[in-house]
Amino acid sequence: MDKTAKILKKPFTMTIIAILCGFLVAGIILSIAGYPPFHSLSVLIQGVFSGPKHISNVIIKSTPLILTGIGVAFAFKTGLFNIGAEGQFIMGCVASTTVGIVCDFPAVIQIPLVLAAGVIAGAVFGGLVGFLKARFGIHEVLTSIMFNWIALYFSNWICNLERFHKPDTIGTYPVNESSYTMILGKWKTTKEGKEALLSSDFLKDTILKTDVNAGFIAAIILAVLVSFLLYKTTKGFELRAVGANRYAAEFTGINVNRNILHSMVISGGICGLAAAFYITGNSPHGIATLAAFENTGFNALGVCLIAGSSPVGCIFAGLLFGGLLYGGQSLQYEVGAPSEIINIVIGVIVFFVALTHIIPPLVERFSKGGKKHAK
Amino acid sequence: MKFKKAMAIGLAAAMTLSLAACGGSKDKEEKTSDSKTSDKKSDYSVAMITDTGGINDQSFNQSAWEGLQELSEETGADVNYIESKQASDFVTNLERLGDSGATLLWGIGYACADAVLEAADSNPDLQYAVVDNSYEETPDNVTGVMFRAQEPSFMVGYVAGKTTESNKVGFVGGISSGLIDQFQYGYEAGVQYAAKELGKEIEVSVQYAESFSDAAKGKAIASKMYSDGCDVVYHAAGGSGTGVIEAAKEAGKWVIGVDRDQAYLAPDNVLTSALKLVGKAVKEVSMEAMDGEEIGGQTLTFGLEEECVGISEEHKNMPEGVYEATLEIGEKIKSGEIEVPSTKDEYEAFITK
Repeated sequence: MDKTAKILKKPFTMTIIAILCGFLVAGIILSIAGYPPFHSLSVLIQGVFSGPKHISNVIIKSTPLILTGIGVAFAFKTGLFNIGAEGQFIMGCVASTTVGIVCDFPAVIQIPLVLAAGVIAGAVFGGLVGFLKARFGIHEVLTSIMFNWIALYFSNWICNLERFHKPDTIGTYPVNESSYTMILGKWKTTKEGKEALLSSDFLKDTILKTDVNAGFIAAIILAVLVSFLLYKTTKGFELRAVGANRYAAEFTGINVNRNILHSMVISGGICGLAAAFYITGNSPHGIATLAAFENTGFNALGVCLIAGSSPVGCIFAGLLFGGLLYGGQSLQYEVGAPSEIINIVIGVIVFFVALTHIIPPLVERFSKGGKKHAK
Repeated sequence: MKFKKAMAIGLAAAMTLSLAACGGSKDKEEKTSDSKTSDKKSDYSVAMITDTGGINDQSFNQSAWEGLQELSEETGADVNYIESKQASDFVTNLERLGDSGATLLWGIGYACADAVLEAADSNPDLQYAVVDNSYEETPDNVTGVMFRAQEPSFMVGYVAGKTTESNKVGFVGGISSGLIDQFQYGYEAGVQYAAKELGKEIEVSVQYAESFSDAAKGKAIASKMYSDGCDVVYHAAGGSGTGVIEAAKEAGKWVIGVDRDQAYLAPDNVLTSALKLVGKAVKEVSMEAMDGEEIGGQTLTFGLEEECVGISEEHKNMPEGVYEATLEIGEKIKSGEIEVPSTKDEYEAFITK
């Protein structure tokens, strides 16, 4: 009994239970809506795992989610709820697109430059929120929601400037090719490259037909780096101390306001990096006029929550999210179920993950009850 | 009144549901029969990706899908679609459709144009087509499908010119582009044509919403136009246009719909609609491809001649005789007697004539 209770109390087990519950509820909803639940879910899973191309597409789709998820998780460790990830992501997109279009250096200079532009834009935008919180005590949720809208309309304004707007489209010109971060990006469009890749089915599917890019590798490295920063350095300790109890932290001599500012700058910077990889690694390599938020940053909140705000956990949570979003389309395509159903699945999973906090007390009570009976 | 409305909506919903049900069961039947008699025509598979508007956009995505559904009913071809949530999904979705065995793949809307090129480049054995876009250089396995939207725009412009009492009409565009220019200059030319016929001067005020999805902005612009004295406003602004129609309803003035018959949005205020039957063109091009005709490497243009554009038949809101006169104008356009301008330069040449 104790053993099962212990296992049940582990965050990892609870997350798995939450995910399974999510699928269960999705299955029920699907069958109510008149779609075969088992077939639908197997289609969903097949949509992800049925070939190297799909797996590589899931990784591509997950990359920005993982990175923004890490960004949100970082702020969360300092007790800040960075709902502005969406806006920081958009600003990162705008900055890396504009820099990528205006500048045209060799790739060695261009790529770091474009990435830096994204990071700086995100960091400044996140930092503003942190500054307002630290200096004036304005709640970061309020300001960052407003900043999200500012970012959205700023992005649309940039998008329609003559300098950047590609005529007869809804978007900007793509960034210059030297800033592409796809793996073998340029080579695969050449004739020799195409021939070489076409000769192998695996390479053709994974590299030629998708925008496989360096973002995922960067995401893994960053997850490790952020974990190191948070758990193995003095700075990380300060940040976490502020998150755990800011008054206690202040009492021990930690500068709370400075740490809030730093946390938001870094969080925003990571979201900006996500954006920079998104622009340089995925077609159409530019920004489009947005009618509504594309939800990368908002999904990041879910990723962070499922991951229990662990940076490394964000990798897996991001892959889960990306897989659901990508596989969800085959649900619509194969079964005819509306793609919104996948949003329900995600919503339910996040809901159950949030609910997991009631499991430990429940388990406790249950096992105590057991002991009483034993007596 | 309220009850009637509720009833109408209920009926419409019931009809769509039953339609959907029919479609669903038919698909299945076809699929099963396919597997039995696989040598028949239905091994042809056509699929489309929507742009970010989604499949129920009340506009060209929906229209294109309706066209494909008709195609499926008539020929038994397999049809399917994927909705795109963001611009970076376009290529991925086209790839996925290619994987699933589709032989002809449609990208709906010029937003997909670059993605179609990219997918066509890495899948030279598949046939692609794109709506509302013509390439400077069209690859052999890509077809561009364009509409002469200036033609119905000219016709509704003529209607507007004949209807206006304040001698002031308006045009609300989405995002300025070559595509929307067709609507604007076609319309302006139509208004001027009517003005000449009536021997008076009619002023056209033009404004852009800078968005295809900002209904609030569309409404604000149109409200301003109406209060400035315009009594007919034509919109080519997608989702922003629903705001224009809303403004007409509030002001009690005339509005002209676009793409499909938009009278259902405001039956007492929609004067007419400039139709652009994307579905019909999609269906026809798909059929040609099915019949084995070479459609790639070119841009096909559809207009009045092909009956892929026009104005709505319902004309109870128009002054007497205007509908008939407008149809005559249509005939004149078909016969080439009137050459409708589609760009600024052509328009300037047109009015100095």
